[in-house]
Amino acid sequence: MINGLNSLVLSEGVQFHAPSITEFFPDAVLFVGTPFEMNRIMIIRMVMVIVLVIVFWLGTRRMKLVPGRFQSLIEMGLDLVRVNIAEDLLGKKDGRRFLPILTTIFFLVLFLNITGIVPGFNIAGSSVIGIPLVLAVVTYFTFIYAGLKKHPGAFLKNALFPPGVPWPFYIVVTPIELVSTFVLRPVTLTLRLLMNMVVGHLLLALLFGATNFFFLGFGQWFGYVFGTGTLAFGIAFSLFEILVAVLQAYVFTLLTAVYLQLALAEEH
Amino acid sequence: MLHAFVWATTLTEVEPAKNPLIPEMYDIVWSVVPFAIVLFVFWKLVLPNMQKTLDARAEKIEGGIAQAETAQKEAAEALEKYNALLQEARAEAADIRDKARAEGAIILAELKDQATDAAEAITTKAQQQIEAERLAAIQSLRSEVGQLALELAGRVIGEQVKDAKASSAVVDRFLADIEKSEKSK
Repeated sequence: MINGLNSLVLSEGVQFHAPSITEFFPDAVLFVGTPFEMNRIMIIRMVMVIVLVIVFWLGTRRMKLVPGRFQSLIEMGLDLVRVNIAEDLLGKKDGRRFLPILTTIFFLVLFLNITGIVPGFNIAGSSVIGIPLVLAVVTYFTFIYAGLKKHPGAFLKNALFPPGVPWPFYIVVTPIELVSTFVLRPVTLTLRLLMNMVVGHLLLALLFGATNFFFLGFGQWFGYVFGTGTLAFGIAFSLFEILVAVLQAYVFTLLTAVYLQLALAEEH
Repeated sequence: MLHAFVWATTLTEVEPAKNPLIPEMYDIVWSVVPFAIVLFVFWKLVLPNMQKTLDARAEKIEGGIAQAETAQKEAAEALEKYNALLQEARAEAADIRDKARAEGAIILAELKDQATDAAEAITTKAQQQIEAERLAAIQSLRSEVGQLALELAGRVIGEQVKDAKASSAVVDRFLADIEKSEKSK
């Protein structure tokens, strides 16, 4: 049905543009032809990075013992990662050690996810594979580094040959462990975030594109009825995307902490 | 959602220009740069500031508790000291009272002695005076009685007893008799 609509053209000239994967590869506008070329999404990323830095720099520049409203909000955000993720899973000492990386992942993902529903941006900065991939690679190397540093020599052995398993089972267990720990973890981290953002954007683009088409291209009473329906769905999914943005940031950070915890655990 | 994804990938087949799973060079660059910036800001600025605030807050709370504890200790010490002083003062007061009582008793006894002495002195003096007066009275009575008796005897006899010497001897003898009879009584 959607493919049918994809090429629907009406006599008024208003065409239905089904969103496609090319949305995520807009034309470069800055530094074209260099490795630093920037398209709309890259610019959105840097804008959000600046916003994030300014917000947290202002929020923690002159902190008071008794926080005001803005400082309370900043502290609440930082405490979400510090207390609920880092200290809960890793304990006070290790939690503090890996707090910078966990906090960075959480807020970077959150700020880049949320642009998907920010008017004017309308696309998540993390909906192109770079951000999910780079962060997954960071997580990957961080937990391997943590494991090797804590249990030099024993980490890889424990990860691939879990102690307490009779040795014939290693024929089956070891390949599974190898793939799940060292291959699937970064892949799932990357794809989970990327696909959530890609699909979220496509869904919203489809709904609002359809609304536009129904109102302007179709007209008539049924056009308005369908248009109102798709608009309502669009608004509902916009709200849903806020939840997804926060949830994916939380999940990514939580999984990073879980992998770190497994790497740091005394016994595997 | 999965359906939408499948549909999205079928579209890439229609337009095979881009594969969303293959990162472009610029995409990697503009992912590493934001990550590096944000990591730096959190690591070197935001989290140390936050930690400082949390430490200061904890210190303030712990400091407050410690302060309260020392204050309480000081108060307890002061109370102990006060109680000791009070005890001492009470003991001293009791001591002073006992001494005063003893002194009072001594003074009272002295005064009593003095009064008794004075009374005795007065009594002796009075007795002496009475004795002296009695003796004087006896003396004067004796001579007066003698005179009267002589006069009476003279009148009775009719003539005056001329011999004074002899008459006074008679009177003396008479009086001695009276005294003798009184003594024998």
